[in-house]
Amino acid sequence: MAGVAQDGVPVQDGVPVQDGAPVHDGIVLVGLRKSFGSVRAVRGVDISIKRGQTVALLGPNGAGKTTTIDMLLGLLPPDAGRVSVFGLTASGAVRAGLVGGMLQVGQLLRDLSVRELVSMVAALYPNPLDVSSVLATAGISEIATRRTQNLSGGQAQRVRFAVALVGNPELLVLDEPTAALDVEGRRDFWASMRGVAASGKTVLFATHYLEEADAYADRVILMARGKVVADGTPTEIKARVGARMVRATLAGADAGELAALPGVSGAEVHGDGIQLRCSDSDLALRAFLAAYPAAKDIEVRGGSLEEAFIELTTDDEAAEQDRLEASL
Amino acid sequence: MTALTYARYDLLRVVRNRRYFIFSIGFPLVLFLVIAGSNRHSTIAGIPFPVYYLTGMTAWGSMNGVVSGGGIISLERAVGWTRQLRVTPLPAWAYMASKVARGYAMAALTIIVLYVAGLSMDVHLTASGWLLMTGLIFVGLLPFAALGILLGHLLSPDSLGPALGGITALFALLGGAWGPLAQGGTFHDISRLLPSYWMVQAGEAGLTHAGWSAFGWLVILVWSAVLTRLAWFAYRRDTGRP
Repeated sequence: MAGVAQDGVPVQDGVPVQDGAPVHDGIVLVGLRKSFGSVRAVRGVDISIKRGQTVALLGPNGAGKTTTIDMLLGLLPPDAGRVSVFGLTASGAVRAGLVGGMLQVGQLLRDLSVRELVSMVAALYPNPLDVSSVLATAGISEIATRRTQNLSGGQAQRVRFAVALVGNPELLVLDEPTAALDVEGRRDFWASMRGVAASGKTVLFATHYLEEADAYADRVILMARGKVVADGTPTEIKARVGARMVRATLAGADAGELAALPGVSGAEVHGDGIQLRCSDSDLALRAFLAAYPAAKDIEVRGGSLEEAFIELTTDDEAAEQDRLEASL
Repeated sequence: MTALTYARYDLLRVVRNRRYFIFSIGFPLVLFLVIAGSNRHSTIAGIPFPVYYLTGMTAWGSMNGVVSGGGIISLERAVGWTRQLRVTPLPAWAYMASKVARGYAMAALTIIVLYVAGLSMDVHLTASGWLLMTGLIFVGLLPFAALGILLGHLLSPDSLGPALGGITALFALLGGAWGPLAQGGTFHDISRLLPSYWMVQAGEAGLTHAGWSAFGWLVILVWSAVLTRLAWFAYRRDTGRP
């Protein structure tokens, strides 16, 4: 639906456009695809992020998160599709100093002190933050004079966070920022991250921890096998992937009857063992015990993210696509 | 400003990691002192032996100095730092300029150390002779600076060390840096096509104030243009994960 708005700007589907593409004051990924040989890492990703949002890109290993991020940062050219960062191309936004990235890398540049390394990166940006205050934010003021090759894993991770932050970018992209951190390290990291998100920056972080996405993002985008399989608030996503499983031993049960119980979204029967996938495990368990008082060895546990992904992607069009492509 | 700060920290890293200087200064210095020392009063290819050997070792050492930048690039890539830099506004030209400047700084140090050693061996040139020789060596280093960047973006740190050492040794040998080659014949013709040959000729130029022939300038120009272009491509396409 093309047209012209009252102020003369052309619009399409209610969105202002320029040269046939929508103008967006945020991040827009349209129809992104990327293959490495026969591996289709990203298979048609559309994501639109408003300025100031904190978005989690959640998915298991191999979901295409890092490939998507690499294209967003201009590190990889997409096979198809388009990237727009605050109305600029990916590399245009990087050149303008609008982007700060914390990539998945092994080590820091050696033979420099922590302060020198962060200062070096600050010098590359047009409007950097004060180095001392960034070191304080990242919690590394005490190790500012230490050489980067003499840091623990957790300290190095915080230095990388400071490196991403010090350029004062509008968009902060963090690729699995807490990978290889222990529980305490993770908590510390997110504590310093909260202040940054609150300062109005747009933040995109990749993670495979549902709890992190839940606790720190305004919005969660779920990726699996190169596609976006769900997109919503953390509460919505949790309801979809945070399903609990009830297991029990019960002779002669019927899967159809079990699946019909309130709060149950799916049931499996393997001999005397049954497994219920629950949308509401409390409700499901009460109904189950009332209907089958003979059930024993009852166990309730959280479903793993991987299980949730498998479920989400099997009734997804991606699976349809797979079948189509396999039959060709 | 941006590029200068970046280059300054780049250089600081090298100064702190002295093992980079073993090949660019240590080896050529020892060879010069031992070999020129024992042939102090002889002549070679019509010029005093210490002058010839000083230019040869300076050419080889400064070559090692500029290409060693490639080794550092390769290490930076291996730890993912090159990708991290690409997410900053550092322009590609500033990155390249910084690597070249760092290589030249290392080469300059080699040249100073070897000249001091040369003075101790009674190598005497006029002030303009020293300047001409140094200037020509600096120009002749350009292709090697580009070569270092090119290989740094192509090879892993494991394979790069031997590759760089081997390549500079070959250039040094065929260019006559380790001893004069036959004056004439096919071998000589091939050697005249190498930038290292002209670097070694800088020593004679320092004595005679004669500079390079037009052919010499052409050789350096072509090698520089081709290798710089290749280095640029190698940097541009080197965006993958390590």
